[in-house]
Amino acid sequence: MAKIQVKTKINGEETEFLCQPYDTVLDVLRRDLNMTGTKEVCSTGDCGACSITLDGRLVCSCLVLAAETEDKDIETIEGMAKNGKFNVLQKTFLEHAALQCGICTPGMLVAAKSLLEKNKNPTETEIRYWLAGNLCRCTGYDKIVKAVQAAAEEIRENA
Amino acid sequence: MNEMDNKWIGKNTIRPDGADKVTGRAEYAADTIMPGMIWGKVLRSPHPHATIKSINTKKAEELDGVFSVATSADCIDFPVDTPVILGIQDIRWMARNVLAKEKVLFHGHPIAAVAARTEEIAEKACELIEVEYDVHPWAIDIDDAIKPDAPILHDFIKFDGRPSNIAGTLEHKKGNVEEGFKDADIIIEKEFETAAVHQGYLETHACLVSVSPDDKTTIWSSSQGQFMVRAMTSFITGIPQSSIRAIPAEIGGGFGGKTIVYLEPVATILSKKSGRPVKMVMTREEVMRASGPTSASKSRVKIGATNNGKITAAQGTFYLQAGAFPGAPIRGAAGCCLAPYDIPNAHTFGYDVVSNRSKVAAYRAPGAPIGAYAVECVLDEVAEALKMCPLEFRLKNAAKEGTKAVHGPTYPVMGYVETLEACLSHPHYKAPLKKLQGRGYASGFWFNAGGESSAQVNITEDGNVVVTTGHPDIGGSRASIANITAELLGIDINRVSVIIGDTATIGFSNLTGGSRVLFASALVVTESTNQVIDILKDRASKIWNIDKEAIEWENGEARPAGDNAGKFKPLSLVELAEKATPTGGPIGAGHQVNTVGAEGGFATHICDVEVDVELGIARIIRYTAAQDVGKAIHPAYVEGQLQGGVVQGIGWALNEEYIYNKEGKLDNPGFLDYRIPVCSDLPMIDTILVEVPNPKHPQGVRGVGEVPIVPPLSAIANAIYNAIGTRFYSLPMSPPKVLEKISD
Amino acid sequence: MSEVKFVSPETLEQAVDEYSKSSKEGKTKILAGGTDLLVQIRSGASQPDTIIDIKNIKELKEISNYNGSYTIGAAVAGAVLDEEKDFGNNWPGVLEALRLIGSEQIQGRASLGGNLCNASPAGDSVPALIASGATVNVKGPEGERNMPIESFHAGPGKTNLKNGEIVVNFQFPKKQKHSGDAYIRMIPRTEMDIAVVGCAVNVTIENDKCVDARVALGAVAPTALLVEDASKALIGSNFEKDAVEKAALACEAACNPIDDKRGTVSYRKKVSKVLFKRALEKAIERAKRG
Repeated sequence: MAKIQVKTKINGEETEFLCQPYDTVLDVLRRDLNMTGTKEVCSTGDCGACSITLDGRLVCSCLVLAAETEDKDIETIEGMAKNGKFNVLQKTFLEHAALQCGICTPGMLVAAKSLLEKNKNPTETEIRYWLAGNLCRCTGYDKIVKAVQAAAEEIRENA
Repeated sequence: MNEMDNKWIGKNTIRPDGADKVTGRAEYAADTIMPGMIWGKVLRSPHPHATIKSINTKKAEELDGVFSVATSADCIDFPVDTPVILGIQDIRWMARNVLAKEKVLFHGHPIAAVAARTEEIAEKACELIEVEYDVHPWAIDIDDAIKPDAPILHDFIKFDGRPSNIAGTLEHKKGNVEEGFKDADIIIEKEFETAAVHQGYLETHACLVSVSPDDKTTIWSSSQGQFMVRAMTSFITGIPQSSIRAIPAEIGGGFGGKTIVYLEPVATILSKKSGRPVKMVMTREEVMRASGPTSASKSRVKIGATNNGKITAAQGTFYLQAGAFPGAPIRGAAGCCLAPYDIPNAHTFGYDVVSNRSKVAAYRAPGAPIGAYAVECVLDEVAEALKMCPLEFRLKNAAKEGTKAVHGPTYPVMGYVETLEACLSHPHYKAPLKKLQGRGYASGFWFNAGGESSAQVNITEDGNVVVTTGHPDIGGSRASIANITAELLGIDINRVSVIIGDTATIGFSNLTGGSRVLFASALVVTESTNQVIDILKDRASKIWNIDKEAIEWENGEARPAGDNAGKFKPLSLVELAEKATPTGGPIGAGHQVNTVGAEGGFATHICDVEVDVELGIARIIRYTAAQDVGKAIHPAYVEGQLQGGVVQGIGWALNEEYIYNKEGKLDNPGFLDYRIPVCSDLPMIDTILVEVPNPKHPQGVRGVGEVPIVPPLSAIANAIYNAIGTRFYSLPMSPPKVLEKISD
Repeated sequence: MSEVKFVSPETLEQAVDEYSKSSKEGKTKILAGGTDLLVQIRSGASQPDTIIDIKNIKELKEISNYNGSYTIGAAVAGAVLDEEKDFGNNWPGVLEALRLIGSEQIQGRASLGGNLCNASPAGDSVPALIASGATVNVKGPEGERNMPIESFHAGPGKTNLKNGEIVVNFQFPKKQKHSGDAYIRMIPRTEMDIAVVGCAVNVTIENDKCVDARVALGAVAPTALLVEDASKALIGSNFEKDAVEKAALACEAACNPIDDKRGTVSYRKKVSKVLFKRALEKAIERAKRG
């Protein structure tokens, strides 16, 4: 079958790939581009483990067709640490023990980063509702919320 | 060791695997690839109960892009009437659960599998496999499975001399309950039921297997035990364990559900037959339909007490649904439910009931939440009838050092009373409540486990340390092991690297389960590290030419002691490593043992709810969990265990349940309608780490992972009663059920 | 899978042309945010042989306001509409209903048009759209037409769109002075669930009297319902207890729900009354503010 050729930008890098019409961005990232940091957990948009940003908007990569991403700007967990340095959220997640098994962590970080870009001083409730689409079965969310609060504080202090 | 002098034990260090996990580098089973890899998919039963008359795989084999097909005919044959025990599992059942043999016993039961160039081709080939069935009536719920004319799943299972779905029983007895109830001034007896719930680990089951023509097999998979994977795969495929190398990938949650195999033997057969590496990844729907949740249950509990608040007798009967094959966790229900209490007369009884659902798997303190739910709810009613504070009532009957437990052992030093006292003195206990808010209490117990563990501690040539253990790290155990090793050696934590070995690089280590990992691995790591320190002293003694006994190890260096004190400049680990070759060669030590002395864990929880009585919604508004953790080696990850366990318990109590439709099929096989708690459902979960060190462990460690899921079910039920005056005897307490009962 | 075509036209005409042509030959699906469609494709419930991505069409992405009357493109995502502050001031009930669909991730994609065309009886934005009095503009091979939201659906998963017709945008009436709308749904958790019951209320108040009211329910019948008897009970009242109770009973009477894994018939009926009262209270409060 004829494949669709797509030219897009992933974490700032021009990327070209071939995909089938039904392929999702998640399929292409994990299977074809070997970018396995983005996790596949439910494939139905119910868990947030595959969170990425598409032109700056937080989305589930399992619910975006790869064919739709022509000329788009995709950011994944692999692009979060810059020049070998952690993003502040990556640092606070480690300091606050905000991960156990770690499978939800990439999606959680991408979602939390997107929140803090929009809202530098979120309340606990705002954090909890923003992250409601990111399931975590290990932590009970407590330390995740605290890590996001700590990151927000650090961002504000350094602003 | 003086507590105050600890430099690493008790500190919240950064976990060794953390950087990989926050950057997406960590390799989980589904992230693994190999050149020439092909994809496997499973054909599953469309019926809940049927005899397999024939399987024809010809059309599938002929499809372009298909490399191999597997059925139970490719597995070793284990006759149904001969047990083959491996740990708590029976390989007869495991083999039939992995690929159905005579019968399919639940909707979603694997029948065959295909390996093909792509997942799509493999799926298509599965559809081409022709299976002839003789469809039977089925039984989903316990009542349907134990009624006189129930469809029988396994003809040779007999109960009371007749074919039955009751596959086993278990009983604990102490004193004389009849006499005990005679001494009671008040007796309360109630019936309870709970729905089946899934562990809900986010990572679906996945593996990659490569078998070479000489049967040398490499398995990368997500499991709670690489040695379990090796053994079960070996049993089912006939490949000797020495030819199988099982490599533990990072594991994306298990909670007990990954203590058995589903895909590994199938992928091994497919790889052996095709000569290609085979990757298999379950979908979420497959996980929900065909991996093990924990049991649904029905139970009856009767407790009697005197007017002055002493429990005189307790009786509990627990029916736990096992799914397609025997093995419901009745020991956890009947064994743990009365463990926090000193009760003179008690009798608990458990029934293991098979039915046409997926085979249950372990789930965090298997069975214990079910038993505790019934007992702790009845205790709340007894305390109310006696007009006693539920915590004071528990305190009056609390088990202590020397108490003979209903399930057998006589307790050593333990901290149950301390958890009750911690709750009584916590501000939460006295915090005011508003209208339609309520507070509930409950306690819980889990056995905790020891068992086989191996460790190797090696000093690198530059004087740093690599520790290898054999247990998949599911919740941060590497961080705790790093803390202990750095503490013992007196060096900076960043000089310690902790690795999980595969089956070829470390000695046999039993499952990550039973809250055993840190208890057991700390024991073997401590012993190995002490041996390394002994070697280091020996090297220093050679260099200084003094007795080894005249040397002490302190702060990461060998120091001359006693008469020699101050005579030589101390030798650091780095210096000793540099001199390793001339002083005797590589420095390292390993220890392998069947660990004993894991003492039980106790917890007491306080929960506040607010009930929307018009909609039937109960929300958790405050939660405090107190637990005897022995010694918190890494407090933040201990708190994380408590918080995670509590929230799983909240899900179990309020909204999680397996819902079956009229066709005997699971109706909610995804995270949309199997409703695990989301971030916005919850408050912060407060924790109180009570530390009563385990006297049988060098650092005082007790298992901490499982106890926290035991009290929430009843703590929440009791809190709802306290808020609105209605008691609920059936879980989940979901809005339609709650509203129906309160509008009655 | 046979040859599947993916097209992303840049004009409405091209899209209509492609849609009417391809849907005669096979199964064609319009792709807006894809938050329902991709799930259906993955489960095998939908296997289109043509997918038309309509997100590159200007009209479907536009938000405009002429003299207080809003036009919202069918494919405008929830998170995008949320940033249009003035829309939220005018139609807080519609915005909160759209914003309740799924997670923030879903909000990056999910749209009013997608929610409408998915035709789930439980779609959150539909009752709010009905209550607002908005209409939908559709374009097909035979031209454009305008439909009230309440007559858009034919049943669960079914619409009254004709072959080749595409939903272009939503036309909102000019917001009346002292009017307010609200949407409330019942879900077991706080987020991420499908509505067990949803209720939207839009009221206009003059001198403490209700001069206009529209009440709509979701998830209690094969399609979302405009509950005219509830409106009638409210109009002319001072929202006194009797009138509100009468309207609530009208809501209950309008329900024709099913027992399913998400709720029972009796639960849905009881809850419809409760949600109506809560949504009404919120709508009145908003109406009084502006």
